[in-house]
Amino acid sequence: MFLKNYIGDIFSSIKSLLTGMKLTGYYFTHLKEIVTEEYPDNRGTLKMAERFRGEVIMPHNENNEHRCTGCQACELACPNASIKIVTKQETQPDGKKKKRIDTFVYRLDMCTFCNLCVNACPSEAIVMGQKFEHSVYDKKQLKKILNFPNSKLMEGVEE
Amino acid sequence: MNTPTPYSFASLATGIHAWLRQAISNDTLLQVTEMVITGVCLLVFLVLLCFFLGYMERKVAAFMEIRLGPNRVGPKGSLQIVADTLKLLFKEGLTPNGADKFLFNLAPGIMVVTSMMAVAPIAFAKNFQIWDINIGVLYVSAISSMAVIGILMAGWSSNNKYSLIGAMRSGAQIVSYELSIGLSLITIVILSGSLQLSEIVESQANGWWIFKGHIPVIIAFVIFIIASTAEINRAPFDLTEAEQELTGGFHTEYAGMKFAMFLLSEYINLFIVSAIAATIFLGGWMPFHIGSLPAFNHVMDYIPSFMWFFGKTFFIVFIIMWFRWTFPRLRIDQLLNLEWKYLLPISMVNILIVTAMAIFGWHF
Repeated sequence: MFLKNYIGDIFSSIKSLLTGMKLTGYYFTHLKEIVTEEYPDNRGTLKMAERFRGEVIMPHNENNEHRCTGCQACELACPNASIKIVTKQETQPDGKKKKRIDTFVYRLDMCTFCNLCVNACPSEAIVMGQKFEHSVYDKKQLKKILNFPNSKLMEGVEE
Repeated sequence: MNTPTPYSFASLATGIHAWLRQAISNDTLLQVTEMVITGVCLLVFLVLLCFFLGYMERKVAAFMEIRLGPNRVGPKGSLQIVADTLKLLFKEGLTPNGADKFLFNLAPGIMVVTSMMAVAPIAFAKNFQIWDINIGVLYVSAISSMAVIGILMAGWSSNNKYSLIGAMRSGAQIVSYELSIGLSLITIVILSGSLQLSEIVESQANGWWIFKGHIPVIIAFVIFIIASTAEINRAPFDLTEAEQELTGGFHTEYAGMKFAMFLLSEYINLFIVSAIAATIFLGGWMPFHIGSLPAFNHVMDYIPSFMWFFGKTFFIVFIIMWFRWTFPRLRIDQLLNLEWKYLLPISMVNILIVTAMAIFGWHF
């Protein structure tokens, strides 16, 4: 009985070792499996993951219109105050005065890319962008204004 | 001795010998000159070999881990090891204050010297051997077990707990696994009836021992590979270094060229172990011969003998690297279990079977 267990142990362990060697051997002979990204060389063809969080951006359409209503939900949601929204009163064509954003200040140097602002936004005005090459020589350049100059609120977002 | 065929290492060696004999009349001087030439050639060869093995190891590791490996310095990163060596050359050879300075500086030298001494009896090609000693197998196993002195010396003199633990582990490991290596080598010594490496190679002219000796020799071969992996302190038996536990083990305190010498001796050991395995079990420089097929044997003879030797050696080097990048490290008690409860009893029984095989002629 002891001898049977002993020999059984040897064969089962050899089998498990060979299983491991089979996997590494497979990788060794199948070089197309290599996952290394040769980053600075493949910049042109680099594909980031869909859910990658590079920075907060505010998409604008072709008429220079964004979807931000200036509700400041993102500013409240931000855990480290990277977002600051400055609002202004704007006279509409029908004569009414409404709150609109003046500047959407986003401080990339403070951002932890936690995605809470994007989750908080009720009108899907901000999303996470894919760009990740943010290095600059001056820290001030990391303070960004997300709404384009003279941009407007898109029709029908506020209702 | 066969007449050396043209364009072989043997004819080159004979040619140089004849030329030196003409130039130098004094016999002692001639011998010393030849020794120096051989030594320099061997040193250059081993250093270049270590460059290649280092590169090979990094590439094999990378491919097995689905990475690319070194690919910046030189074509496909082939000069990476040269760059690393240059870096190590320029680093400060630091000796810690609390260390035993003499032993600390002596240890890397002992490691390299013991590794290089073991290269002497290896037959690189047909009739091309530095020292055809008649107890070659014994000599190699005796010399290679001396490496533990260098490791213990390094570990003790560093005055560092990690180094000492690593060195002590290495002592336990090498002393235990030496037994299995010896016993698995003895199987072939029994079958071939000689301790001389050149005669062992000659005895495989009609088939390598791993085929002629079938199952018992295959068992001995597997045991030899496992035990020699442990003997040269490579993963999965690298308890001596164990980066995660011991921050490098016995060479924790070493830097610069002294560290490079440990690395050098590690790779020379890897080469020696593979070369011995290739010589003993896979026929050394002997081409692949099948007994009753003269035409096939003749074709195989056209491949130069050094190609056969290095092909087999690098095949075994590759297998040992394959082990390293597949298996997790053993614990020290598991390591000793493996040796004393499995490898040693199996090799003892195996020797019994091989002896019976040799007496009754059950091999081919």
